[in-house]
Order: sequence, then structure tokens, then C-alpha cells
Amino acid sequence: MLYKMYNYHIVSRVKRKERKEESNMQKREIMLGNEAIARGAYEAGVKVSAAYPGTPSTEISENIVKYKEIYSEWSPNEKVAMEVAIGASISGVRALASMKHVGVNVASDPLFTISYAGVNGGLVLVAADDPGLYSSQNEQDTRMVARAAQVPVLEPSDSEEAKEFVKFAFDMSEKYDTPVIVRTTTRLSHSQGMVNLNDRIEVEDKPYVRNPEKNVMMPGNAKVRHLVVEARTKQMIEESSTFPINRIEYNDKKIGVITSGIPYQYVKEALPEVSVLKLGVVNPLPRKLIEEFATSVENLYIVEELDPVIEEQVKSWGIKAVGKEILTVQGEYSANLLRKAIKKEKVEIKQAAQVPNRPPILCPGCPHRSVFSVLKKLGIHAAGDIGCYTLGAVAPLNVVDTTVCMGASISTLHGMEKAKGKEYIKNWVAVIGDSTFMHTGINSLINMVYNKGTGTVMILDNSTTGMTGHQDHAATGKTLMGEDTIAINIPDLCRSIGIKNVIEVNAFDTNALEGIVKEEVAKDELSVIIAKAPCVLLTKKLSKTQCKVVSMKCKKCGMCLKPGCPAITRKEDGVTVINDTMCNGCNLCFEKCKFGAIEKVER
Amino acid sequence: MATKNIMIVGVGGQGTLLTSRILGGITMNAGYDVKLSEVHGMAQRGGSVVTFVRYGDKVTEPIVEVGQVDVLIAFERLEAMRYSHFLKKTGILIVNNQRIDPMPVVIGNAVYPENIIEDLKKEHKVLSVDAMDEAKKLGNTKVFNIIVLGIAAAHMDFTKEDWLTVIENTVPTKTIDINKKAFLIGYEMHQ
Repeated sequence: MLYKMYNYHIVSRVKRKERKEESNMQKREIMLGNEAIARGAYEAGVKVSAAYPGTPSTEISENIVKYKEIYSEWSPNEKVAMEVAIGASISGVRALASMKHVGVNVASDPLFTISYAGVNGGLVLVAADDPGLYSSQNEQDTRMVARAAQVPVLEPSDSEEAKEFVKFAFDMSEKYDTPVIVRTTTRLSHSQGMVNLNDRIEVEDKPYVRNPEKNVMMPGNAKVRHLVVEARTKQMIEESSTFPINRIEYNDKKIGVITSGIPYQYVKEALPEVSVLKLGVVNPLPRKLIEEFATSVENLYIVEELDPVIEEQVKSWGIKAVGKEILTVQGEYSANLLRKAIKKEKVEIKQAAQVPNRPPILCPGCPHRSVFSVLKKLGIHAAGDIGCYTLGAVAPLNVVDTTVCMGASISTLHGMEKAKGKEYIKNWVAVIGDSTFMHTGINSLINMVYNKGTGTVMILDNSTTGMTGHQDHAATGKTLMGEDTIAINIPDLCRSIGIKNVIEVNAFDTNALEGIVKEEVAKDELSVIIAKAPCVLLTKKLSKTQCKVVSMKCKKCGMCLKPGCPAITRKEDGVTVINDTMCNGCNLCFEKCKFGAIEKVER
Repeated sequence: MATKNIMIVGVGGQGTLLTSRILGGITMNAGYDVKLSEVHGMAQRGGSVVTFVRYGDKVTEPIVEVGQVDVLIAFERLEAMRYSHFLKKTGILIVNNQRIDPMPVVIGNAVYPENIIEDLKKEHKVLSVDAMDEAKKLGNTKVFNIIVLGIAAAHMDFTKEDWLTVIENTVPTKTIDINKKAFLIGYEMHQ
């Protein structure tokens, strides 16, 4: 029934303008870093691309799909995406996987081992770090992961380089028989800059030859491959000193700076007079080149955002340098930060006015707000997950108590039960979105079934990947390339693994929701409640009705403000008012008002 | 030419990305090097968002720092106040005189400042507009941001025709006419 209530699969989510490629010689375009990465994949002759959306990496796939020469997909998670790309590489074509930094953790199992096996067709992983945590749960540095996995890392510093480095990465991957990581950061991925377009290189498929010693990573074979990896790293250290993407820009030699990526731009802005060693390859480091540079300058500084990856290695070679003693490991850098730290300039920075914060919030008309308002009323805690609904943690909702990583809501709730017993979680639920459920939530749910969990799991099904800007997934019925496909039926999936209590409910039906939640959390059995309603930004249609406060009837009690809808505010006299340009007519406030002071009006 | 710095601030969902794309287009068409820096993801969900546009002969860092902004375009007045310290002494502030209460204000944990525009005028050159009202008159509130852009455009070094061409090439086909109308309302407002 519920599927009929909404036109779930008729909305075209990917605006696909197929690019018409004639000759691109001498053509320039302004491109987002991620768009340039996609362009690089196209020009490099990539044939397969797989990814799971995650800020700041999402637009890579959203742009790759515009090139009809590349097969591209949203995989359910990053591990799967990485493995799809690995398979394509083994078969002999150039393949790309892209993901955000924490996605690399999910994909690290295949990554660490494909480092041993190497490639057939070139294999590149684009990893997007998020210094400053614009949209992430941590600030980890992919270069550290890459060092552990012994995978080379290239780091571009603008859109043009992003495109060119992707191409270089494929050449390097095939030359050294290794996967290559191209590391981007939020600032690069989400900055636009000029890019020179080139034609696509049609790379011939490499022949596939059965080679279990290389492609079957069991102990006997992997032992041998480990030695190959060590030799490969050594060779890259030797040869990368002459790579054109590592370059010295000599200037005044009193100060020399080793840098890479976006921080290079801050160095050029703040310290245009100094000598710079700009590294394109940040793992493994070109030791000879660094030693040459270090001996040529009087005072050496190392400028890198996040962890002291370059710095610790350079210092371990006995080279004197200054880095994290004066520069932070946290957040993004800027030219002013370098002026102060390196030039010791007194930069007069005007203080910002003291004004109220404006934290991110759920949109007006968001179905998550409806679910959270019910949980709040019932005094239920939520083990949370990654998505827009993480915002249920902030005032005034304050319902979500925990957020760790994709899929963790279900497993953490299970862990609480096993620690404290089933009575302890009678006022808890796990909340997880549909895309996150398909990502890794399903594994955790299988665990709950297997290990006799009795908790209540709420799947907030808004039929899209919301936070990252509406990408399809395995339960939406559309592929990244816009084709119709089987929409995995989430309720049936839950039933098929042995769950008896699977209840579907309209997320906006707060009365039904309240009854169902009360009943299911009380049970000594595992329950899954699927609260359905499409993301309000997905449908793009304006609601027929809106809510309006009848000022005369308003008792100023503030009940309508409880769900925290940004369209409702108080006027100076305490009476509430609904902003008609923001209201999406979800009726949540209408239901909250006991005095009939809110009415539905035609738009 | 020395690098020019434009900053667009507002509340997530107000259309800062479209505005920055138009700015990117016009500066590129004029033959400048240009860099834009945007906000995506969680911050966009009704939060405070900032976009930078820099253009000139050669642009290095993609961000603009405090005290360096030539033109600050604010789609909401509290956001104008929040980022006004980014303005140069000679900078100009274009502000949409709209109030959108942030959640701390809605739930009574903070107070929305009074007299924002008056206070800003004491320190900066400020052009203010009720763009929402103007957009309502046009019959589509969504184009309020293009009205604000129009005011800013009148204080930049490109011709009206150049702007209209870029708008035509940037906005969805169906909305070209209304966006052009909106732009012209802003462009001619303070002349």
C-alpha cells in the first residue's frame, strides 16, 4: 500500500546531459575539483567507475556518469565499490573507485591486499579527506592509511592538476603494478578553477592471463608479493625524484617550504618570495629531491594539513625542519595562518560580530522531524547513524544519543542489550536511513537476528541518499546511469532474514507511529519499523496546502515549536508565525496545536 | 589586475551555488583566472553557508580571508553581520533584508539582533533590498537571489549584456526569462 502512496520511482534524480565530445584541443572550462577528477578519468580512458556517495567525493561519480564511454555505478558501500574496480582492473581495463576518507576505512580490506596483488588495467582510488570536518565524523588523513597499505598517493592542488594527476595516476598504476590513491580534500573537491580539456586516450584493454601467483592472495603467494611490494616502493622512492609532478620553485633561499595539495596555494599566497618544493607524490616520498632541496635552503618548513606525514619522515632522515611545532594538525590552513606562523607577521584580524550560531537543521517538511517528534514525546533514546537524521541529536529534538559510523546504529543498540539486558533497551531504538541500511546496516541487522537481539530498529526510508544530495541506491529502483532496475524491497529483505515484526508506516502519521513504537519496544522480540515518506527535497513539488497560524487563537504555548521546524518562529508578542516561503505543509505543527490556532490553507 | 574577492553568504538552501556559478561564468568569459569555493553536505542543511569567488590575472588560494572582500553578497541580514568583518575598508555589502531565525533563536536560547542594517551602515557601504518582496511581485520567490546578484552586478566591472548572457547559459531553460527579469530589477535598483 505504502508504495502506492508516493511516486517513488518516477522522479528523475540524475540530471544527465550527455556531453558531446568533439575535439577538445584548446578548450577551457571552469570545473569543480570533483568535476575535473571525473574529466581526468574520462581522458585517461577509464571504462569502469564505482563509488558510494559521501561528502566531499559525491560529485566525482555524478560527473563521470555524463561520459557515455564509462560504465559507472553507485555500489551499496565503499568496500563493494573498491572490489568492483579491482575486478575491472583484473579483467584488463582502467578502473576508478571514489569515496570519502571514512569510506576508505570500509574499503581498506580489499585495498590493503590489492596493494600486494597489483593491477592489470590501471586502478585508481580517489579518496576525499575533510580537514575542518565540513560534513564528516572525523578528520583522519588518508595518507596515513596509504602508508600502512603501501600504496602511492598523489595530491593535486587545483582543478587542472586534479584532472592531470588522475591521468598520471593511471600511468603510474600500470608502470609500477600498483593501485594508486589520488587524495583530494574538501577545499579542492568543492572549489572551481580553470581546466584545459584534452581528448580521451583510448587505452586498449590489457589481455587477461590467468596468474594465481599474483591474483590469488593466499599465504604462499602473498608472502612473495610482499617482497614485490617492498621492491616496488623502493623503486618508486628512487624514481619519483625525477617525476615532473614533484617540482622545486627556487626563489629566496633563506626560507624553503615543502608542501603539497591545497596548502601549496596558501604558501604561494602568503609567501610568494620563498623557495618551494611542491610534492605531487606524497607517498612514497622522493627522498633524493627532498634532500637536495633541504641542503639548498637555510630554514626548512613543512606545510601540510592534518597529520605530520611528510614531516615525520623527513625528520627521521636527520633533516632539520619546522612543521607542527608552529602549525596545527586540526582543520584547514589559510594564507593568514602561514603569515603569522612562518613570517611572524602581526596579522590584524578583525573579530567577528557576536551573533547567534546557525547550525544545520532538518528542512521544513522533513519526514525525519516527524519521527523524532514522536520519539521525543515517548522519551525514547535513539542509537543514531550517518545521514541527515544525525541532526536529531541537536536541540530542540535531542533524540539521537550516539553516532559512530555507517551502519553502527543497529549494532551499537545490540551491544547495549548484550551488556545490560533486554529491559535496559526498552526505551531505546536504532534509527538508520534507507541508503545507510543498504550500505552496512543490513549486516548489523543479520547479527541481531543471529544473536537473538530484541531491540527495535527504525529504518527512516526517504527513498534516497539525502545528505549527499539525492543519489539512488539499491532500494530505489534506479541506477546511477539512470536505468530502471530491481528496487530491493526493504520490508521483504527484513522478513527474509527471519524477522517477524516488520511494520511499515507513513512517517507523517504520528498517531500510528506512536502506537507502533510503544508496542514494538515493549516486545521481547526484534522489530523493524519502516517509517516511509520521501525526502521533501526529492519530490520537488510544492505541497497543495500550507499551515498558517491564526494569531487570535494562538495561546503562545510553544507546542508548535517543539519539533524544531525552521519555518515557525515567535513574533515579538510571543504569538507564533509560519513563514509561507518555507512551509511545506507537513502538518506536524497543525497536529501539535491543541487550540486549533493552526489551520491548513491552500497555497 | 589584482585579484578581486567576492563572498556570498546565506542560509543553506538559498541558492548560493547558483549565484556563484553565474559569477564564475562571467569572470571566466572576461578572460580572468577564477577560483570558486563552495559548501556542500551537512552544512547546507539550513546552516550558515559561505561561498568565495576570486578572479584576476592569477588566483592562488581559493578562499578569501578576513578583511579582504571587495563585494559581500548576503542573502540574509544576520549572515551579513556574521561575516561583515571579511569586508575591506573600501568593500561594499549588498544585503537582502530578510530575517530567518536560526534554531537557537527559535527555541529561545539566543536573541536575533536588532538594527542590523543600521549598525552595518555605521562601518560599511551597505545596499539593502527586500528581495523577497520584489520576487513575490515577480511571482516566484526563488529568484530573490538573482535580484540581490543584480545589485552587486551594478557595482562590478562587467556589462549588463555580459551578465544576461551568462544567466541565460547558467540557469535552467524554463527559468531564463524570470531570472533575467529578476536580475534587471536588482541591476537598476540603486542606479
